[in-house]
Amino acid sequence: MSLLGTKVVRTEDLRLITSGGVYVDDLREPMLAGAAHAVFVRSVVAHARIGSVDVSAASKAPGVVGVFTAADLDLAPASDEPTAEPWLAGDVVRYVGEPIALVLTEERYQLADAAELVDVDYDPLPAVIGFDSALAGDPLLFAGTDSNVFRTNGAPLDESTFRDYEVVVTCRTVNQRVAPSPMEARGASCVWGADGRLVMWLSTQNAQIARTTLAKRLDVDPALVRVVTPDVGGGFGAKIGAHPEAVVLAWAARRTGRAVRWMESRSENLTAMTHGRGQRQTVTVAGRRDGTVAALRLDIEQDLGAYPRAPHLPGLTEMMASGVYRVPRVETSAVMVLTNTVPIAAYRGAGRPEAAAAVERAMDVFAAEIGMDPVEVRKRNFIRPQEFPYRTPNGTEYDTGEYEAALDRALAAADYSALRAEQARRRAAGDVVALGIGISTYVEITGDGSGESGRVDVNRDGSVTAYTGSSPHGQGIATTLAMLLSDRLGIPMARITVRHGDTDEVPKGIGTFGSRSLQLGGSAIRLAADQVIERARILAADLLEASPTDVELDVDRGVWQVRGAASAGSVAWQQIAEREPLSEDVWFGDGASTFPFGAHIAVVDVDTATGKVVLRRMIAADDAGPVLNPVAFRGQRHGGLAQGVAQAMLEEVGYDTDGNPVTATLADYSFITATELPDFELVESVTPTTRNLLGVKGIGEAATIGSTPAVQNAVVDALAHLGVRHVDMPTTPMRVWRAINEAGGAIG
Amino acid sequence: MVTIRVNGRTTANAVPDRTLLVHYLRDTVGLTGTKVGCDTSSCGACTVLLDGESVKSCTVLAAQADGRAVTTVEGLGADGALHPVQRAFRQQHGLQCGFCTPGMIMAAVSLLRENPKPTRAEVRQALEGNLCRCTGYHNIVSAVIDASGQPVAE
Repeated sequence: MSLLGTKVVRTEDLRLITSGGVYVDDLREPMLAGAAHAVFVRSVVAHARIGSVDVSAASKAPGVVGVFTAADLDLAPASDEPTAEPWLAGDVVRYVGEPIALVLTEERYQLADAAELVDVDYDPLPAVIGFDSALAGDPLLFAGTDSNVFRTNGAPLDESTFRDYEVVVTCRTVNQRVAPSPMEARGASCVWGADGRLVMWLSTQNAQIARTTLAKRLDVDPALVRVVTPDVGGGFGAKIGAHPEAVVLAWAARRTGRAVRWMESRSENLTAMTHGRGQRQTVTVAGRRDGTVAALRLDIEQDLGAYPRAPHLPGLTEMMASGVYRVPRVETSAVMVLTNTVPIAAYRGAGRPEAAAAVERAMDVFAAEIGMDPVEVRKRNFIRPQEFPYRTPNGTEYDTGEYEAALDRALAAADYSALRAEQARRRAAGDVVALGIGISTYVEITGDGSGESGRVDVNRDGSVTAYTGSSPHGQGIATTLAMLLSDRLGIPMARITVRHGDTDEVPKGIGTFGSRSLQLGGSAIRLAADQVIERARILAADLLEASPTDVELDVDRGVWQVRGAASAGSVAWQQIAEREPLSEDVWFGDGASTFPFGAHIAVVDVDTATGKVVLRRMIAADDAGPVLNPVAFRGQRHGGLAQGVAQAMLEEVGYDTDGNPVTATLADYSFITATELPDFELVESVTPTTRNLLGVKGIGEAATIGSTPAVQNAVVDALAHLGVRHVDMPTTPMRVWRAINEAGGAIG
Repeated sequence: MVTIRVNGRTTANAVPDRTLLVHYLRDTVGLTGTKVGCDTSSCGACTVLLDGESVKSCTVLAAQADGRAVTTVEGLGADGALHPVQRAFRQQHGLQCGFCTPGMIMAAVSLLRENPKPTRAEVRQALEGNLCRCTGYHNIVSAVIDASGQPVAE
């Protein structure tokens, strides 16, 4: 029987639950013995000219190995654009948390004492906070530019073209800035060996990309850089590649000739690691009173933060603007602005949650306008199964989808009609606690065309070692790849080891982000395994004294035999590998983006007297094609749901008008906890893709994308009878209470 | 000089007055299973048992643990066998990246000592001070229910 599709507990877990694994701060590598500890001195002002940075007192503090500022660095600028991000800020600081100096000390506890003595003379400038301030353009963040608008996509709306529709609704939404906040903050340790090679242990989602960045920035041959990812405590898109801090640490290790260790604090993580989302959106939906949508326009304002690290994100939002709907006319635009805040970059979903939030909110507004059930409006506009592959008017090529079937499964699990009846009963009774039912039907993009590496070795003892360019940090991909290999080769999982995240072992690779690991990394491993099988077939035939076309692999027994003559004897993998060790190293480059989809239903209680929202139920149908390990698949959905709900209900990074962060600790940032979530109700749906060897799509981000608008829609739905048409996220008690009062007041 | 019994073994070390228990465990004793996840006692990654009761070891000075007994995740299993809570976390996929897991497991052990048959809602309440970014808590709750010997609903 095939292992695939059965529940397999993870091979990763035993170390983690007994010894706590080895994350970057846990390393006790001999090469790091006697390492200096590092801390960055970060700006406490959002926008200022730096008069001077006086390190004289800090340099004399106990245990100080070195204090370095921009004046000491001899690294080439990251780019020659006026908006280039400095390695350490020298002339101007542009956000609270921007690194200004690096302090190295002998002991960890000496760091804070010494860092406090670095005296930075700030000459404050007005802070640019928020879209309107950025668009006003005074002051400018960067000399040599004439605007705080970094880039625009598309053309502005021509309102005259939206006049001839029966119904036109416009919805303005805020997709607020949130903190990725992996439980392990950022960390790195590094040392230059006597051989002139840099070894960096880095908490990253992609060792190979980090190596390329480090080599380029440090101006050394990539062969002289080895990046190793130890256990990584979550990334969520915010640990892609090597951040500027890693480059500065490697430089400092070279300058001092010392090993260096760095582990940021949580406050640093919340104020200096990239944030996610940060859009303001205007969605215009036009159509007919029968529920048909004829046109959709999405105008995005994207807050890039102080430096344009991820100006590609609104493009992803634009690609997915029309979601699961067949809309004849789709238009988008984006205006990207620079503000005195932490740079925005990828966060679980990266551009697609913003698209789903916009279109799903707008569909509800459209449904309310024409007095139609939101389920019915969606069903009238879904792209039909027979229309795939489907090209949206703005050029996105969807692979496969069964949107209505997924929604029907979720509705059945939720008992939708009973929920509507309960809602009507409460409204009729004047219940102060209103019931809200929120629908979201989503599609998103996962994977990409850039491919992934995979290598499969059958060792002399018949065991298997596989090497993947994927870089798991919680996803359990090592288990899933071992399942895949065991199924293909007939070798027990216990004899299969999956290696990843060390550029010496896996020189080529892209890594883990964009829900790409199984579809690309898995396809690469499958391809390598198939090549191993073809090589083994020739060797087995020789051993069996048969023709290669006459031998077969019996995967149940894990042996090679002559087809139809099993009793005539067999050859084990070990015998073949003793003859000739097998190793196949491939690059799976044939993949293309895939489009997982689903339907989420949120059920909330809203206390109309206090504005307090309680999520009662979360029903999720997520379709990412065939499931290899339901354990990991369901786990990814659970985590995605929680992060999506967190954005809808709780989490928001805040800055005051001077650019001071007001959510700089976990005591202030409303990181979602166990008490704010219900047990999740998962509904299964399986629609394969044709775009990779496994037929799978990515599941890492899907549930985050679907759940956010479901919850937001549920909150608005609960208040619809009070005249509320929209509530921005997060739907905090204050915001909900205000919306109720602005609409005319609470019940009772 | 502090003398602290860690996982049944007596440790005695001279450490600076301001040394936190979590750093004593990690840097002085060399047990890195206990993690530091925040700086405001909010996340619970550093949870250990102090004389059998769960504490956040980032908020306890090593000096405060002088003469007392500490249990960390490394000291849970007996004779190489998994503790029932460890076994249940693995069985129920109660961990993904694993960083919150040692603290989560220690908090769960403490919870089950106080409340051997908790409901799912009680588990959620008891673990409110332990943050996880990966699992959405669903399978963590299932793991604690499993460890308590109660059936786990799918």
